[in-house]
Amino acid sequence: MKNRLKVLRAERDWSQADLAERLAISRQSVNAIETGKYDPSLPLAFRIADLFEMPIEAIFLKDGK
Amino acid sequence: MAAYKSPAIRRYVIRLAVLMSFYVVALLTAVTLFKSGAVRGPLAWALAITPALPIIGVFWAVMRLLIEETDEFIKLLHVRQSLVATGFCLTVMTIWEFLQNFDLVPQGNGGFGAAFFWFMGLGVGALYNKVTLGTTGGNC
Repeated sequence: MKNRLKVLRAERDWSQADLAERLAISRQSVNAIETGKYDPSLPLAFRIADLFEMPIEAIFLKDGK
Repeated sequence: MAAYKSPAIRRYVIRLAVLMSFYVVALLTAVTLFKSGAVRGPLAWALAITPALPIIGVFWAVMRLLIEETDEFIKLLHVRQSLVATGFCLTVMTIWEFLQNFDLVPQGNGGFGAAFFWFMGLGVGALYNKVTLGTTGGNC
């Protein structure tokens, strides 16, 4: 699953560590999600969406889109 | 890579240190007493099992880590690492036992039991995580 996490983070001038702290997860998790190595659970996806004040589908995109 | 230190990992490290300290003391005590020939009967059985208890405790500590870790990606890494360790250990022990069955290697294990290969497997699992997901996730 693709996502726009890196772009959204860069727009806010946040480092991976900043985002990790805001989400109360590890920096490794942020990196794994950004690079597409790990798809977050639905609860974590909702937390990410809440943090960026966007709908989930505006952050996470189906493969091929 | 900066090691990720969650409260669950900190508890795991403390438990590991306590259990390994107990293991060293229990093993040295058992070896010393058995060498002296001072123990026999049921006490000998209890003494022989004593060093195994902290090893079993390490299995418990790893399982607690899997339960207590709240970061879902790090938890995934730990689960994968444990599964690889289990597969590695079972593979080595199965091959070894068949080699023994056909008298190609001597009986006994020279002190390298299943636990030793499971702990070695944790290292293999960490390497597998590093290669496939780019991180070992921390200190497990």
